[in-house]
Amino acid sequence: MAMEMRLPVARKPLSERLGRDTKKHLVVPGDTITTDTGFMRGHGTYMGEEKLIASVAGSVERVNKLICVKALKTRYIGEVGDIVVGRITEVQQKRWKVETNSRLDSVLLLSSMNLPGGELRRRSAEDELAMRGFLQEGDLISVQAVFSDGAVSLHTRSLKYGKLGQGVLVQVSPSLVKRQKTHFHDLPCGASVILGNNGFIWIYPTPEHKEEEAGGFIANLEPVSLADREVISRLRNCIISLVTQRMMLYDTSILYCYEASLPHQIKDILKPEIMEEIVMETRQRLLEQEG
Amino acid sequence: MASVTLSEAEKVYIVHGVQEDLRVDGRGREDYRCVEVETDVVSNTSGSARVKLGHTDILVGVKAEMGTPKLEKPNEGYLEFFVDCSASATPEFEGRGGDDLGTEIANTLYRIFNNKSSVDLKTLCISPREHCWVLYVDVLLLECGGNLFDAISIAVKAALFNTRIPRVRVLEDEEGSKDIELSDDPYDCIRLSVENVPCIVTLCKIGYRHVVDATLQEEACSLASLLVSVTSKGVVTCMRKVGKGSLDPESIFEMMETGKRVGKVLHASLQSVVHKEESLGPKRQKVGFLG
Repeated sequence: MAMEMRLPVARKPLSERLGRDTKKHLVVPGDTITTDTGFMRGHGTYMGEEKLIASVAGSVERVNKLICVKALKTRYIGEVGDIVVGRITEVQQKRWKVETNSRLDSVLLLSSMNLPGGELRRRSAEDELAMRGFLQEGDLISVQAVFSDGAVSLHTRSLKYGKLGQGVLVQVSPSLVKRQKTHFHDLPCGASVILGNNGFIWIYPTPEHKEEEAGGFIANLEPVSLADREVISRLRNCIISLVTQRMMLYDTSILYCYEASLPHQIKDILKPEIMEEIVMETRQRLLEQEG
Repeated sequence: MASVTLSEAEKVYIVHGVQEDLRVDGRGREDYRCVEVETDVVSNTSGSARVKLGHTDILVGVKAEMGTPKLEKPNEGYLEFFVDCSASATPEFEGRGGDDLGTEIANTLYRIFNNKSSVDLKTLCISPREHCWVLYVDVLLLECGGNLFDAISIAVKAALFNTRIPRVRVLEDEEGSKDIELSDDPYDCIRLSVENVPCIVTLCKIGYRHVVDATLQEEACSLASLLVSVTSKGVVTCMRKVGKGSLDPESIFEMMETGKRVGKVLHASLQSVVHKEESLGPKRQKVGFLG
């Protein structure tokens, strides 16, 4: 059995660790970004007294004439077409309330949900009564977001989305998930990962055969093999270490981090020194790959 | 108690993992998460300690005040416990929500210290039947990440180790009235011996096995837990069962043996950390809350 107690260590600022000049223009609400009026203002800014002022705490990004402030820590703000992973909190009449780490609970209408078997028909009153049989409080689903009036509306139009089975959920800040073409990744190490845009990351064992998934309603409750479990636990710890060091999450960074962590034991990855070492190696590999 | 809702499939995954001795974060059944201990964090107390166990954050302050001994124990001082579940731990603790949990934890602390050998109360006596030291131990729950009792008991032990009670002398004059004189040197104080102070080890029953140091998700899968309070020599001072489920007498015996074994290692690690911290002397870098 292992027991480790230690004295706390003050965290070193990021630029010291990186050892290079990473001067990002960081602002807090109320800071002046620029007094030049030629710029178009984007998200996170507002015009006041002839100056452009930031309304959120984050880093300033400039694309030609557009200035916007990207918030570092924020709740999930839904965009059309995003993939999210959510947890059912309530079962109501004709819809489910889903928790997606946004300002309001998201809504999943009964008519937007796949029926088991993939059949297409009009939802009847019996379907309404059987809602709890499909999805209960606590269930996890992967859905696509349709942004509406501040509360995100969700739908699972294709059979790729639906109720999730066995696996591990990791909750991170939405700003750390990189926007990509696809968010469903089958990693070569033996597990699959869904990077929800809302910061909910679902790690699960790769299903053996790519069968015609019935929207995942028939949950597979058979025990997952030990080898798959080790991969999943390692991935979970790697994702947590990337998040602690504020690195963007996408399939390549997760994979490099996984490979860098192989020499260490799974439970050791969360120790601060080993975490720093692994993420440093990942960062270097990513820089080499870019440059 | 703060709890998370999990889907059936997630619970099944966790239960099977525990059976194979590989938990979600790669630990074995008897492994603790990394613990950070720091003492002397609050300057206006007689002793204080802060413990971080994963996401659980506990702050304990001990204040020594003069009081009258209890009638049935005229030669001894006593300890008073108070637990405050702050609303910043989880929204459930807002207003009076945290009171129930607070009283439960305080009652458990009273029980484990309710024996002759845990703390030598005779050293707290100033003059029999008239004056004694009362140690007010205040526990503040800053963040709730599972396994509260263990973290609280570690913090209480560390804070008692750090407590410095000023040395006093009782002067008697001719009329028989007593005067209490504080010594001039602010560093002249008595320390408590914390060798026999017990620590709590919580064993959660998940499936057919039990785990030590459960996270919030693992606690949601467990129906019954056993709290065992163990001293550094492996002596059990108190045992308590919590949870709605039932425990088999044989499994209670097994859990108790595990608790004793784990408890001894826990005490040894805590002892070495607090001694190491003390050996760094008054010039050590205090991390505190802004580190």
